[in-house]
Amino acid sequence: MNKVNLVIDHIEVSVAQGLNILEAAKQLKIRIPTLCYHEDLCVAGNCRVCVVEQVGSDRLLPACATPVAEGMEILTNSLKVRNARKSVIDLLVSEHRAECTRCYKNGECELQSLSSEYLIGEDTYIDLVPLKNYSIDYFSPSIIKDDSKCIRCQRCVRTCDYLQDIGALTVAHKGKDMKISSFFEKPMYEVVCTNCGQCVNRCPTGALIERNYIDEVWTAINDPKKHLVVQTAPAVRIALGEVLGMKPGNIVTGKMVAALRRLGFDSVLDTDFTADLTIIEEGNELLKRLKGALVDNNPDVNLPMTTSCSPGWIKYVEHMYPEYLPNVSTAKSPQQMFGALVKTYYAKKVKIDPENIVSVSIMPCTAKKYEANRPEMQASGYRDVDLVLTTREFARMIKQAGINFEALENEEFDSFMGTSSGAAVIFGASGGVMEAALRTAYEIVTGKEVPFDGLNITPVRGMEEVKEATIKIENTLPDWSFLEGVELKTCVTHSLANAKKVMDSVKKGEAQYHFIEVMACPGGCLGGGGQPIPTNLEIRRERSKAIYQEDAGKPIRKSHENPEVVKLYDEFLKEPLGNKSHELLHTSYVRRNRY
Amino acid sequence: MSKKNLKRLDLIFKNEYDGEHILMKTMEKPNQEIVNELIISGLKGRGGAGYPTGLKWKLASEAAGDIKYVICNADEGEPGTFKDREILTQVPHKVLIGMAVCAKVIGAHEGFIYLRGEYKFLMDSLLEVIDDFHVLMNKVGLDFRVKIFKGSGAYICGEESALFESMEGHRGEPRNKPPYPTQAGYRNMPTVINNVETLAHTYSIFKYGSEKFRDLGVQDSRGSKVFSVSGDTPIPGIYELEFGMSLQKFVEDFGDGDSKAVQVGGASGFCVPRKRFDKTMIGYQGKLTGVSLPTGGSMMIFNSSRSMYNVLHNYLEFFVEESCGQCTPCRVGTQQLLLGIEAVKKGQRPSDYLDKLLSLAENMRVTSKCGLGQSVANSFSSIVENFKEEMIY
Repeated sequence: MNKVNLVIDHIEVSVAQGLNILEAAKQLKIRIPTLCYHEDLCVAGNCRVCVVEQVGSDRLLPACATPVAEGMEILTNSLKVRNARKSVIDLLVSEHRAECTRCYKNGECELQSLSSEYLIGEDTYIDLVPLKNYSIDYFSPSIIKDDSKCIRCQRCVRTCDYLQDIGALTVAHKGKDMKISSFFEKPMYEVVCTNCGQCVNRCPTGALIERNYIDEVWTAINDPKKHLVVQTAPAVRIALGEVLGMKPGNIVTGKMVAALRRLGFDSVLDTDFTADLTIIEEGNELLKRLKGALVDNNPDVNLPMTTSCSPGWIKYVEHMYPEYLPNVSTAKSPQQMFGALVKTYYAKKVKIDPENIVSVSIMPCTAKKYEANRPEMQASGYRDVDLVLTTREFARMIKQAGINFEALENEEFDSFMGTSSGAAVIFGASGGVMEAALRTAYEIVTGKEVPFDGLNITPVRGMEEVKEATIKIENTLPDWSFLEGVELKTCVTHSLANAKKVMDSVKKGEAQYHFIEVMACPGGCLGGGGQPIPTNLEIRRERSKAIYQEDAGKPIRKSHENPEVVKLYDEFLKEPLGNKSHELLHTSYVRRNRY
Repeated sequence: MSKKNLKRLDLIFKNEYDGEHILMKTMEKPNQEIVNELIISGLKGRGGAGYPTGLKWKLASEAAGDIKYVICNADEGEPGTFKDREILTQVPHKVLIGMAVCAKVIGAHEGFIYLRGEYKFLMDSLLEVIDDFHVLMNKVGLDFRVKIFKGSGAYICGEESALFESMEGHRGEPRNKPPYPTQAGYRNMPTVINNVETLAHTYSIFKYGSEKFRDLGVQDSRGSKVFSVSGDTPIPGIYELEFGMSLQKFVEDFGDGDSKAVQVGGASGFCVPRKRFDKTMIGYQGKLTGVSLPTGGSMMIFNSSRSMYNVLHNYLEFFVEESCGQCTPCRVGTQQLLLGIEAVKKGQRPSDYLDKLLSLAENMRVTSKCGLGQSVANSFSSIVENFKEEMIY
């Protein structure tokens, strides 16, 4: 690769051609402050915070948007640079409702830390906020959008456009009226927004935040009449530590359980349990569809089947590919299966009136808040999941309670509905549902384990945009002989821009899959919209490593071997896809508009 | 009454129809020779930025790529300029011939006129001229077609990269540079984008030769220039003058005898007070020309009855509206400048707040993403520094 020689802050450096000044400075461990720049997104060069001086040039250059050139002499901290940078930060503060002590992002706001760094003081520009007619959109159960905090960096717009290819958020108007808006300036709740929360993960200020339910949970915990049941998603335990002072990639399952008990939850259970259950239901659904298509030649059977765990994906299909809704597995997501069981099976078992059960879930996700709020999700006769917290909200509660998280002793989940297999654990990573489903489905059909070393179906793992794996089914059991020799074609993708690519190739008939796993967020749930901020590829890789490490260490690695799941079918559900399952564990979808 | 110091020229608006002849002549010449002719002529971009036209064509001709474009920037939006409208009304064929020669040089088969939305009344007549032009193209055997793209009224779309974005169907927002249009312009293909007047001048150069053009004007500012003269003048209108004149002579010719200041180059240009008229040249900044101010053509004359506070206020209101809003210094800076001078005038901020605003304007100049934000400081600083009393009292 061609190298370019340049000098940054009087230090000579040789870097690869095509890098920008920001990246070149990074190699010298020189930090140039940024706001609109984000590693996951294309370069915008909007905020002008990262300007640097090129010796001999009058105008300053945006470090993020300027490629390195031979012989460049760059100053990142000259007087001219500092003055300009301070002026830019000062301008941003002047159009931002700087009510920091009342702000949800207080202490986690990038504008706040920059203004602290550059000592933005009293002697400043005119406060523009009172002159503007800023609005707050708090109609969505997932995301709150407060225009008065927005600094127009367009990270959210680029996230929605390039990462997710949705375009729910867009730039409207120009000049002083320029703002981030939606189709016809409708609330987020009414437009094509999938509630994935990726914009929330990347917003540098408090303009886009999750709708938090922390007070509601505390109120429920302190209500003596209420029995609090909590479930935790697989991706929470490998990221929670990041908000509590630990490095990415730490598995904190035991401490997490201990913290939940300290917070006052009566029963600390695991979404992983219903992840295993999901595999049984969804796996059997896939086999049923395959039988319908291959044996019965039933034209009403829809293949490829897609997964249904990701509520962002569900809403995306409802908006963008409604003609493919019959292809989406009818199995509810693990969160909602759990909710439906808590107020039926669990309630009966512990002899508590479901009326008095408050079912809380801790999720890496903002779309789960919307999902719990869907009218379909009341199979138990009550709202199946009452309150959904993100990993971030949960961490905030731990801090509020004064718990020294790192010092906690590991504890075990309660039983019943607290046991899980390694297959459930990997639900948190892109490819995990596919791998878990294959581990089980292959064994149902052949009576043997999937032909991969140590059950690790590596082709579906990792951060590649679209992953494909074909498994040839051989030596089937008598009931499944129709699958003998069939090559099961699977596809795994994550982030909705990639999902669009896959769906378009399915639509055009270019790709012939039987089963597709889609997660709305990059890397799967581990990169979810409710996960700790910041996020980038490196952090997501660390989280992914932790997930597969947890799987490898589990005594049970296959969903159908989870003894609690086996018992659940014996005692309550009777059989996969049976009446009880149909009533509690499966759902239906709604066609929505494309805007 | 007005004097006639300055040489009035009639190169651009002269009725000549030698397109076919010019094209036949240039078709035979190697591209290098055509580019050299332009470079020797000293022609610089007449939109105001003054980039050497020959060099621009050369870079685009050398750029790799099978698909290239020629675009005529007719989004004449700078306050106080209306000369491109006149050129497109009277001699549109000259502009098209310029585009055709450029297409031949760089190897483009498609060209566009980006027509300012408010000039839509020119559409029908332009389309007729383009039809004739296409007949001529067939005749001379040049595979080149021109279409009109109508703008929608945003000032920022006159900025070349915002213009490309607009043509591609996106929001009219300037891009990061580099890459420049000659490398990656419209649809990210090598593109020559020239002002209407620049292209019309190439017609004269190819007809009369580069020496004739070069003989006019002064060092660094060669040829003639079309000016849009407005404001406090008894004879507003469009004038083609020899480039590189002193502002003093200009005011003697066009002023009403009571000229207090001239705004050279529109809202994004500079304001020159009376005491500097004789020291100011109109033309591109060069080593030998001293204090010279470029202009896209806008010359606004103000007499002593005008409040320069009002003038500046008007410009700033314009920028506050017309900033695309993308980058911080321009979006917020323009608002702060406007509110800032209002606050000083009302006594809500001390008069030395103007110094903070001047340094803000300077920061906007060095940090803004495109020419719009970078040039707000031109009018702001030149008016505030020269007419400080009028800002305060």
